[in-house]
Amino acid sequence: MAGSGVVTVYGNGAITETTKKSPFSVKVGLAQMLRGGVIMDVVTPEQARIAEEAGACAVMALERVPADIRAQGGVARMSDPQLIKEIKQAVTIPVMAKARIGHFVEAQILEAIGIDYVDESEVLTVADEENHINKHNFRIPFVCGCRNLGEALRRIREGAAMIRTKGEAGTGNIIEAVRHVRSVMGDIRVLRNMDDDEVFTFAKKIQAPYDLVMQTKQLGRLPVVHFAAGGVATPADAALMMQLGCDGVFVGSGVFKSGDPARRARAIVQAVTHYSDPEVLADVSCGLGEAMVGINLNDEKVERYANRSE
Amino acid sequence: MAVGVLALQGSFNEHIAALRRLGVKGIAIRKPEQLESISSLIIPGGESTTMAKLAEYHNLFPALREFVKMGKPVWGTCAGLIFLANKATGQKTGGQELIGGLDCTVHRNFFGSQIQSFEAEIPIPEIADKEGGPPSFRGVFIRAPAILEVGPGVEVLADIPVSSEKSSSPVTLQGEEEKAGSEEKVIVAVRQGKLLATAFHPELTADFRWHSYFLKMANEAGDEASSSSSTINEGSSSLLSERTPNDLPIFQ
Repeated sequence: MAGSGVVTVYGNGAITETTKKSPFSVKVGLAQMLRGGVIMDVVTPEQARIAEEAGACAVMALERVPADIRAQGGVARMSDPQLIKEIKQAVTIPVMAKARIGHFVEAQILEAIGIDYVDESEVLTVADEENHINKHNFRIPFVCGCRNLGEALRRIREGAAMIRTKGEAGTGNIIEAVRHVRSVMGDIRVLRNMDDDEVFTFAKKIQAPYDLVMQTKQLGRLPVVHFAAGGVATPADAALMMQLGCDGVFVGSGVFKSGDPARRARAIVQAVTHYSDPEVLADVSCGLGEAMVGINLNDEKVERYANRSE
Repeated sequence: MAVGVLALQGSFNEHIAALRRLGVKGIAIRKPEQLESISSLIIPGGESTTMAKLAEYHNLFPALREFVKMGKPVWGTCAGLIFLANKATGQKTGGQELIGGLDCTVHRNFFGSQIQSFEAEIPIPEIADKEGGPPSFRGVFIRAPAILEVGPGVEVLADIPVSSEKSSSPVTLQGEEEKAGSEEKVIVAVRQGKLLATAFHPELTADFRWHSYFLKMANEAGDEASSSSSTINEGSSSLLSERTPNDLPIFQ
């Protein structure tokens, strides 16, 4: 097995120390099965079926999509478990659900109803300003948001088996998603060319565990599956995220806040598979009807969900 | 000789990385015409519904069925197993299209949701015999399917016990092998001629015996047909250069 190209990863066991019942490999395994796919926010079983029919690789069960949370305000919490169960029964693809940051009881409830993945999400109102959920305590896998490399590695250290760059949910504006993906990928490129002696200080600077920083340096990528999220509204947006190096895409309000959800969902799924083929991208982008209304993020009054956690 | 990996969605990068470690180039297949340039194909794990939809959008099914009919070697892991089966149960409303060819009945998502996903050491006498190494294999089952029935021409390569009262919770194998005789078993790996199928994910482990077994199958087929597999045509030059992906670590 010592063939060429095999990387002996520094401290490979570093993030795998978890309960014996559900090893980290199994948690990451599902995320690996989602690679090259699109995960869509849905609020009803009917929408879930539309997403499945369009080729989504998973759905995120919610009470309100981020655009509505933004518009209506108030405290956003975990969805009613009854709704999540109904959505779970409606489809055969994996179902994810959101828990508030630091609200480990919401996560326990989601684990109890047999959800496939928990998103500890900044889109919901934060429950604990200091701490995230200790995700090692759960058998269920977690996906967490990040804006930069340090934040991603801190979440992985807490037990996240999948990372999504945050973007700015519910805006239909890709600018923040690009900023966050570029930040993560740029830092990895800097890290890759760095002398080993400098990694200690770099780890201190980005406030991330040294062993995970070193592992990232060796791999040249995040050590778990990395999706993009927050602001994807068109097939071109989705393909942009893929070309920047993400493993897949979350689409929140972009699908079901548009004129023709079924068609747009299908186009985004195809765009993610054929992300490097402009001819297919042109083909699927034609005649999709109205995209969701975007929000200009230069406006100071727009709340930045991405800044809710560190 | 190039091996194609169906790259619509799922763990195709992992398969290509495993092939690279064995010194074989894996070619990502996304369109029907690309199938002409390869002599064997791996259908990776992923969401079978998603992969079926994407295959349908680009009219891949007729070409894939033709590929199987021509007797070219095909290996399906997890979702790929569902694709190859003649019959699948537990599908979404309205069913999904299959390639077929493998004479068996598959239960999609047999073991339940992600929380029931598991790892188990499974005995693989046939593979250990051919490829050497330890007599068991670390099988990673992610929302995995299982094979309920097989036809007469199908060789069973591996099975695992499931407790009879609750079929959704697999028993851990260690220390329970004595009792296994009284328990029901489900089939998790089969071979029928040039078709290989596994319900688990060898691409997620560092044990490449299944990949090497498949490559030998493919080489045998290549010798018989003496095909002109040297003409590797990457096709569509309009594709933007895909950077060679650095792949994820293998978690032990």
